[in-house]
Amino acid sequence: MSLFSNAAVLLGKELRTEFRSRELLTTTIVFILIVIVLFSFTFDPTSDESRRFAPGLLWLAFLFASSLMLQPCFLREQQNDTLSALRLSVSDPFAIFLAKLAANTLFLLLTELLLLPIFAVMYNVPVMPVLHWLLLVFFLASLGISIAGTALSAISAQARMRELLLPLLMLPLLTPILVASTEVTKSLLDRTPYVQWKGIGFLAVFDMVFLTALWLFGEYLLEE
Amino acid sequence: MLKRAMIGAFVLFLVGAAAYASFFIAPEENTMHVLQRIFYFHAAAAWAGMTAFFVCFVANLLYVWQRDEKWDALGVSSAEVGLAFITVVLITGPIWAKPAWGIYWTWDARLTSTFVLWLLYISYLLLRTLIEEPDRRALLSALFGIFSFIDVPIVFGAIRWWRTQHPAPVIMGGPGSGLEPTMLKVFFFSVLAMHVLMVFLIAERYRLEKLRTDIELLRREAEAI
Amino acid sequence: MTAPSFSPVGLRFENIDKRYGGLLALRGVSLTIGAGECVVFAGRNGSGKTTLLRIAARLVRPSRGELSFTGAPSGGEDSAMRPGFVAHATMVYDELTAEENLLLFARLLGTVQPENRVEALLQEVGLSNRRASRVRTFSRGMRQRVAIARALLHEPAVLLLDEPATGLDPQGVTWLAEAIRRFRDSGRTILMSLHGESEISSLGTRAIRLDGGSIAADTRTGATFRSILTFGDA
Repeated sequence: MSLFSNAAVLLGKELRTEFRSRELLTTTIVFILIVIVLFSFTFDPTSDESRRFAPGLLWLAFLFASSLMLQPCFLREQQNDTLSALRLSVSDPFAIFLAKLAANTLFLLLTELLLLPIFAVMYNVPVMPVLHWLLLVFFLASLGISIAGTALSAISAQARMRELLLPLLMLPLLTPILVASTEVTKSLLDRTPYVQWKGIGFLAVFDMVFLTALWLFGEYLLEE
Repeated sequence: MLKRAMIGAFVLFLVGAAAYASFFIAPEENTMHVLQRIFYFHAAAAWAGMTAFFVCFVANLLYVWQRDEKWDALGVSSAEVGLAFITVVLITGPIWAKPAWGIYWTWDARLTSTFVLWLLYISYLLLRTLIEEPDRRALLSALFGIFSFIDVPIVFGAIRWWRTQHPAPVIMGGPGSGLEPTMLKVFFFSVLAMHVLMVFLIAERYRLEKLRTDIELLRREAEAI
Repeated sequence: MTAPSFSPVGLRFENIDKRYGGLLALRGVSLTIGAGECVVFAGRNGSGKTTLLRIAARLVRPSRGELSFTGAPSGGEDSAMRPGFVAHATMVYDELTAEENLLLFARLLGTVQPENRVEALLQEVGLSNRRASRVRTFSRGMRQRVAIARALLHEPAVLLLDEPATGLDPQGVTWLAEAIRRFRDSGRTILMSLHGESEISSLGTRAIRLDGGSIAADTRTGATFRSILTFGDA
């Protein structure tokens, strides 16, 4: 079976498992909501201040949430040693990563889209005119977060203190995404919105670089 | 033992010579005067730190490829030494900034990137303490080290592109920012001295690491009986 | 059991070492297992049985030495060449049903007509009526049956079982012994690690004892079955 059909089958499993319990999605959404509300207490959300700070806070919230959401990724495969079963069944171990990072990207996107209207209302920022661009940024950034996060969760699953460890590993590594996404979002929410192609290109490059790194080194992450 | 002590003494001498050169041989700079001399330490330490991290990266790759524990020992040694140098950079930055600009920290592009770099390698070392099995520890930290190093240019790029828009004081200027010939010579001498120090420290730490793993092995064998 | 659709395959371990943090879990293990043999591995905990089986399953890479499969048709490793592996952990997803689990792995393995194959296996292991129940609700014995079904999905020529009877009640052990007998009689090569004598150990055609990572005794070189299985450990 080819890499992509394996990945598709596994993606189906990941989605089915999550949509059955929805625990990951609900806890992540609630967490981001809490963070957004808490952040709003830290400054005066007048229109100008919002435009300056809100994008950064939004992306910070997404980053923190993802570092929690990605923990069970490989941990749940340890439960009944299903990871070994997967390794025995797939033709290319990269399929396992591909499926998981696709699922994680989807989950992240879903939470981001659900929270966008709430964010827009609470912080008085005009998202409708630039919605499609925002979606592009969300997608590229979520992809990057998932790629790095999936790889790192394979590492943290094998260490102690994994709940604290994954954020520790992820957050410094993902600072470029934080910076780029914030900047692009900021310019999209500006008084005269514009698209920062530099930022979008940058995110795409980040995604490609880390996807390649994961492809090259993934099988070692799964070694026993 | 005597040989190592002599090498150590030589390294110390070299560093001392560089310090002397920084303070007494290099001409005084016009705007910042004596304060500017810290630049010779600050920038040279930064270069040495980056070189150490590059060594770590190569050691990580070699470990994943060959699985020889000596590469793991080299990896952790160079990471720790690199971290020490970068810590010096992060400390000398504010020391300079306060008298010069009245503020301890500025989100200058280079300093910010360096801080993220510091965090990455702290995480690398922290990860190592959280994995007990030596082979697992070596492999997983090597993989994280590889991902971290790949990230470094991306971090520097992102911060330089977007964070230098703020009117932050540029600390130290760059080495290519028109240094006068004597200054340039002193600077390169500092860089050399720092690199020699770096190599010496890595070698010593490597030796220590090998001793530790030997002891650990003996302990495990004893327990198994 | 349906007629074998595989060609019999043996294994060769050549000078296998496995090092964990400087300690050797396996040292210099060389072993040839002929096609169709049913080998019982005995030994204390930590003697290397699990490591050896996981190397045979290609889940663990040896630090030194080589593992090869002999008699393999194309010389390469297509799906049927991979050993089926049953460990102490069930290696199936608790939140999915028995049927969903088997379909998942069947599709990953590239099984032709996966639905039919899964149906047949569910009947084989006697779980047809529980196919739509989540594995979480299963007893230990039932989970073991799902695990065995999973291992057999791709009709492997080699079957590896790591202490498969652990946690099974007497009925479960009898069922398992019967299943293993059928595999053996269909010509499959079987390697299993066990503790002590039982219905299952008596199915073996050969026994090997591992001690401290090396082979301490082998029925092929004169030791008796009984002595290997009951080596008087405390």
